Amino acid sequence: MTTISTELGLADRKHATSQLFQKKKLINFGLPVIVLLYLAYVFVAFDISGLWDKVSVKNARTLVSDSYSYKTHVTRDNRDASVSVAIEGERKGRYPDGEAPAWVSLGETTSIDLENGHHVWFGPEVIEYDIPGYGLVTAKPGRTGVNATLPDGPVPNWINASKNRLAITTDAGRLTVTRNRTEVFRYFTGWELFFFTLDSPYHGMGPAKLLSHAVQGEAGAIFNDFWTNKMWRHQDVAWAILETLLMAFLGTLGAGIVALPLAFLATRNFMRMSSVRFVVRRFFDFLRGVDSLIWTVVLSRAFGPGPLTGALAILVTDTGTFGKIFSEALENVDEKQIEGVQSTGASPLLQYRFGVIPQITPVLLSQLLYFLESNTRSATIIGAITGGGIGLLLTQAIITQKDWEEVAYYIVLIILMVMFMDWFSGWLRRKLIKGEEKKTKIKKSNAAKNAFLLP
Amino acid sequence: MPDLNTSPPSLTEIRGDYIALTQRKRVYGGILLAIFVALMAAGFRTADARNAGSFRDGFNNVFDYPAEVLGEALEKSAQLPGHLVHFFPALVETLNIAAASTLIGAIAGIILSLLSTRGLAPWPALIPVFRRIMDISRAIPEIVIALVLIFLLGGGPVPAMIAIAIHTAGALGKLFSEVNENASLKPVDGLESVGASWAQRMYLGVIPQVGPNYVSYALLRFEINIRASAILGFVGAGGIGYELRNSMSWGQGRYDEAAAIFLLLFITIVVVDQLSGQLRDRMTHGAKA
Repeated sequence: MTTISTELGLADRKHATSQLFQKKKLINFGLPVIVLLYLAYVFVAFDISGLWDKVSVKNARTLVSDSYSYKTHVTRDNRDASVSVAIEGERKGRYPDGEAPAWVSLGETTSIDLENGHHVWFGPEVIEYDIPGYGLVTAKPGRTGVNATLPDGPVPNWINASKNRLAITTDAGRLTVTRNRTEVFRYFTGWELFFFTLDSPYHGMGPAKLLSHAVQGEAGAIFNDFWTNKMWRHQDVAWAILETLLMAFLGTLGAGIVALPLAFLATRNFMRMSSVRFVVRRFFDFLRGVDSLIWTVVLSRAFGPGPLTGALAILVTDTGTFGKIFSEALENVDEKQIEGVQSTGASPLLQYRFGVIPQITPVLLSQLLYFLESNTRSATIIGAITGGGIGLLLTQAIITQKDWEEVAYYIVLIILMVMFMDWFSGWLRRKLIKGEEKKTKIKKSNAAKNAFLLP
Repeated sequence: MPDLNTSPPSLTEIRGDYIALTQRKRVYGGILLAIFVALMAAGFRTADARNAGSFRDGFNNVFDYPAEVLGEALEKSAQLPGHLVHFFPALVETLNIAAASTLIGAIAGIILSLLSTRGLAPWPALIPVFRRIMDISRAIPEIVIALVLIFLLGGGPVPAMIAIAIHTAGALGKLFSEVNENASLKPVDGLESVGASWAQRMYLGVIPQVGPNYVSYALLRFEINIRASAILGFVGAGGIGYELRNSMSWGQGRYDEAAAIFLLLFITIVVVDQLSGQLRDRMTHGAKA
């Protein structure tokens, strides 16, 4: 190249160089412009400007507030004047009759302390809400409506009063009165009843007290109450996580076991018959080309929902991928080792065992472990489609559209699970493949040296 | 220091030691293999027991559904071209989701990777922070973000795009930062000496060195993202996956549509895999003269 350019005149070289610069400039500015144009097209095609109208602010607010807080409902049935207290208004979180948290005192007049001066009374006839800085709101629900009486002056926008309904939303809580029902919500930060439900004797105990109970021989009962918590279903969640991990484990390793012998059939050096090679290679391509979504759909028709279906879907998809990777690794093995083993009079099987397998073990293991980690994520997604594992629990919780604290809990668990698998597979890889550690060390020391060499 | 007074071990001793060593190795290997087989068997039995249908029944029925779909598709094969045309816009939407999320994710990944590579980061103290951001966004499965966003934004391509872009940013960011570590710092220092800003140093000094690698990784990610966007469509995020679920929920009588979608998806994935494979080959080995 250089010899040719020396023969050129100065003008020619200048011309060539400026042309090169022109081309580089074009690429340098053209590429970002193309990217921007494409993004603009997507902006229009996906109607992103119209998205703001679709955003459900109300949904966002419930989602965020519900994921870190909960509310306790105090409900009065206006027909028989009975009062019940339930966390999140659910039957599972209901206080036994005649019992209530400390801020509610039951009686003929039920008094509810919403703190910061806010106070609600459920009288025999009249409902009263004392709002500091505004005044006393009273309501007399009955056949004729809620009969609300507000203090004089304009009605603020956080009060919604009509003939049959009164709703007051303040920072302290919320009061809703209809003809048949009066309900007060009080909000608390945290995840309610995470450890024990109300029917457990251990509800509301501090850690120290729990520990002393556990030492006295109640550890089993304490764990049982926690494990069978009806609100958070720790047992089911643990099983779901296990199912997801099982799907990834069975699918990945099963694919490895199926793909390894097939990979031999797809290599040029181990399979002399080109027709077999061709068939096996196209088979791998087919398995990879049919997306895991399609495999999941087809397999879930045959096997029904559950972890086995997910494991098989991962197995089938990854058999294609592994087959390709393994056969590439097998084509690159060193023939000398095989010849060496052969020279000792080993049978073909022993040649494979001692001549080939040790050479591809590092590739095999590192790919298997890498896929084990990424399949943990896939198993979550496949679980959501086929119905198995933590993916199913997550979709169920999202579909109810009110258990956002459970959604947040599952998301945290999923992230922790995937990060754990990431760390675990990396750790195992370093343990099993000692060469890799050395290699990275060398690379790092080289980098350090280079850093010193720099001016 | 070895004890020089003792005589060297005799041949029989060496052989004995060697045989003991290999036997110990064999026993360890055998135990490991036994544990592995036991784990696989126990795992399979657990999965089988917790599944709705058993493995044996399912195995006999594996081909029922594909046979049904194919049979019906063949019966109505005259309508197949029409269906292919009908579902083509949905396919384009799926591809657009994948392409846009790959682009956005790659841009975010480049920024994150430059911010978290030693030697290039403008704020070295914050490197662990950006690394954790990448770890977390890589760990979240796309479906989690997509489902939450579908609740907020309603169904459509945007939730899927955002979800895949976040995951892509984390995944590519990690790969890119590995590439960045091998980039030479000399151009960067040169640019710094003439007073270039950080963005200029990165754009003019680093990106040209690592660009081909970036593009090659991004293409690989694009292949993965097409699959992901088809799957997210299945849970309500538009595109070909959504059409597939609809035509499947119609059940028998509409299987020709499902077959057309299967076919479209298969062809797309194979074609994109081939194209990007060739492109990547050219990126890493240079264009063939």
